[in-house]
Amino acid sequence: MPTALFVTCLNDTLYPGTGQAAVTLLRRLGVAVDFPQQQSCCGQMHYNTGYRKETAKLARHFVEVFGEYDEIVVPSASCGGLPSEAYESAAEAAGDAGLLRDVREIAPRVHELTQYLTDTLGVEDVGAHFPHRVTYHPTCHSLRARGLGDRPYRLLRAVGGIDFVELPAQEECCGFGGTFSVKNGAVSGAMNGDKARHVLETGAHVLAAVDNSCLMNIGGRLTKDGHAVRTMHLVEILARTEADGPLADVPVARNGALR
Amino acid sequence: MSKTFMGWPTFPKAAETATADEQLRANVRRATHTIRTKRAALVEERPDWQDLRDTAAALKDDVLAHLDTYLEQIEEKVTAAGGTVHWAADADEANRIVTGLVRDTGESEIVKVKSMLTEEIGLDGALEAAGISARETDLAATIVQLGDDLPSHVVVPALHRNRSEIRDIFAREMGKHGRPAPEDLTDEPEELAEAARLHMREKFLKAKVAVSGANFMVAETGTLCIVESEGNGRMCLTLADTLISVVGIEKTVPTWQDLEVYLQLLARSATGERMAPYTSTWTGVTDGDGPRAFHLVLVDNGRTRALADPVGRQALRCIRCGACMNICPVYERTGGQTYGSVYPGPIGAILNPLLKGADDPQTASLPYASSLCGACNEVCPVKIRFTDVLLKLRHDVAEGDAKVKHRAEKVALKAVEGVMDRGPLWNAAVKAAGTAGRLLPKDMNLPGPLHGWTDSRALPDIPKESFRSWWKRTEGGTK
Ligand code: SF4
Repeated sequence: MPTALFVTCLNDTLYPGTGQAAVTLLRRLGVAVDFPQQQSCCGQMHYNTGYRKETAKLARHFVEVFGEYDEIVVPSASCGGLPSEAYESAAEAAGDAGLLRDVREIAPRVHELTQYLTDTLGVEDVGAHFPHRVTYHPTCHSLRARGLGDRPYRLLRAVGGIDFVELPAQEECCGFGGTFSVKNGAVSGAMNGDKARHVLETGAHVLAAVDNSCLMNIGGRLTKDGHAVRTMHLVEILARTEADGPLADVPVARNGALR
Repeated sequence: MSKTFMGWPTFPKAAETATADEQLRANVRRATHTIRTKRAALVEERPDWQDLRDTAAALKDDVLAHLDTYLEQIEEKVTAAGGTVHWAADADEANRIVTGLVRDTGESEIVKVKSMLTEEIGLDGALEAAGISARETDLAATIVQLGDDLPSHVVVPALHRNRSEIRDIFAREMGKHGRPAPEDLTDEPEELAEAARLHMREKFLKAKVAVSGANFMVAETGTLCIVESEGNGRMCLTLADTLISVVGIEKTVPTWQDLEVYLQLLARSATGERMAPYTSTWTGVTDGDGPRAFHLVLVDNGRTRALADPVGRQALRCIRCGACMNICPVYERTGGQTYGSVYPGPIGAILNPLLKGADDPQTASLPYASSLCGACNEVCPVKIRFTDVLLKLRHDVAEGDAKVKHRAEKVALKAVEGVMDRGPLWNAAVKAAGTAGRLLPKDMNLPGPLHGWTDSRALPDIPKESFRSWWKRTEGGTK
């Protein structure tokens, strides 16, 4: 059975390149990928804002769309985590025992993409080549809720030609937090400003993460302040090979050495 | 009149002012980073740290499950040891009891040992209204009181002040309340401490009545315990004739052996010390030693309300170490007063709604005062799962019993969900977004509640082709 890609609604609309990179990379690693067309949104924004009954409807839809697949891969730590972190309480709030059974059953089959690479497929060197200076922001969800640990770093350090620099104060939240960024714009903006400053301190030309929501936040700040740092989902880096060459409008790392 | 948080603005409103205050942000950042670094080093040296946390959480859960029994035990033991126990259902009742007790002594100038509970119930104001002046003796609490300010941290109430601000407060205010600060006072920490020491000593030696809180109450012996750094607590606890301790009912631990667990966790978490310089315990009254009268006022003030919430009740495990504030990225940018309560930071964001109910806009804004980053979950010595409680409280506001509702938001999210749980509609919506993208100017500012996003960020470009359109057009990337 092919592996299902749950691309997430944010990636679908705003970051299709992340989904395409996931398809390219998984295929290169010998995984058959399917994209069930009826998929929509995991309900994260609803759940985190307190709307559990609304989340339950989206959980029901998720189960209907993905129920038949053995493995479901998600290029987002926060959306990929939702089925196991939230769907049970959502089903309980909706008083839907059938849904509760179904979400318990499907949750273990939903995998965040980097974890799928390192744990399920057991790879670290995915044959990628990326001759640019890159820094990495461990998003709160990937770091604390999903516990990705050093997995993303192992994958990045194995990329050919990469000039990887550690991000100062990397474990600090970028201030996104879903509707937090809108409800508490002032605090969110202050947190994001510090994060953007740390990114600039690294001199990196590319900022990577495993959640495009946080990258949209940090990148939005960098762009607003007139900085040219490119934000990229980790999988977009991993999908590139020597044949692709360097990115057209991003400086090439001169020493090309690991740091 | 002592200040209170009455009529405070909602968190986002208060945060707009606080985040714009560069001095405040610098003060809070420096202080929290200093304490968090010290804490991290001391936690590192304890290989059994996670076991201690597990034990501390489990013990408190046991206490909370049998709180009635333990409190009766405390009443019995304190009474047997010559103390008197009073029960206060809420702040008013607690204030009435304490005011009455002080009046009975005939004293009008009393001293206090820093206590967040007395701040919570507004005791100073109640005493003042009755003509009783209660002066703080803890350095940070004194800074707040002299400055007619409000606390911003549970361990260091004046954390938002730097030393030059403190110097100015001392120079200006000390003389109005007793011994003035020296003429040539500078902002050297030693000089500030000495000025405070002399100012307070006068009060310790005169006062016949002291009011304290307690960090712990040991049920098996009816013993109270205070942990502090300056020795002012011990002075108050031993020098006064009458000691009135006002304590929240959740401060209970069953036995002395259990106390050992918390004493190992508290100082490390709170100030980054292995042990606090002063740990004082007292049981009732003893002839010829210490106070001749001891009153224990046990305060509920919403604690049984919090206890009734199966997810939220874990907030009552809190031992007020402040570690969650010191690690919190939101607190770091806003300081503590923004939370409109003596309990700020992550614990404030959950405890206030649990104690009071999210029935007014200020309290209802607190569960949203978090990006859910989860850093607090990792440092709390009693393992409170803040993110679980925050999400539960948001659910109460959004779909549950809380009286404050966000109607417009609900309608908006419902519309999104209505589209999203039906595939074809969602497909159409994604396509429409692609079209709209070309119409949205890049530097546009969003109107209404959405301006929070565009104030400090550019909007991303909306690509012309969504992932699903690409998949369809290229037959899954094969063409
Ligand atoms: S909630 Fe935990 S970390 Fe925060 S003050 Fe209480 S005990 Fe300390």
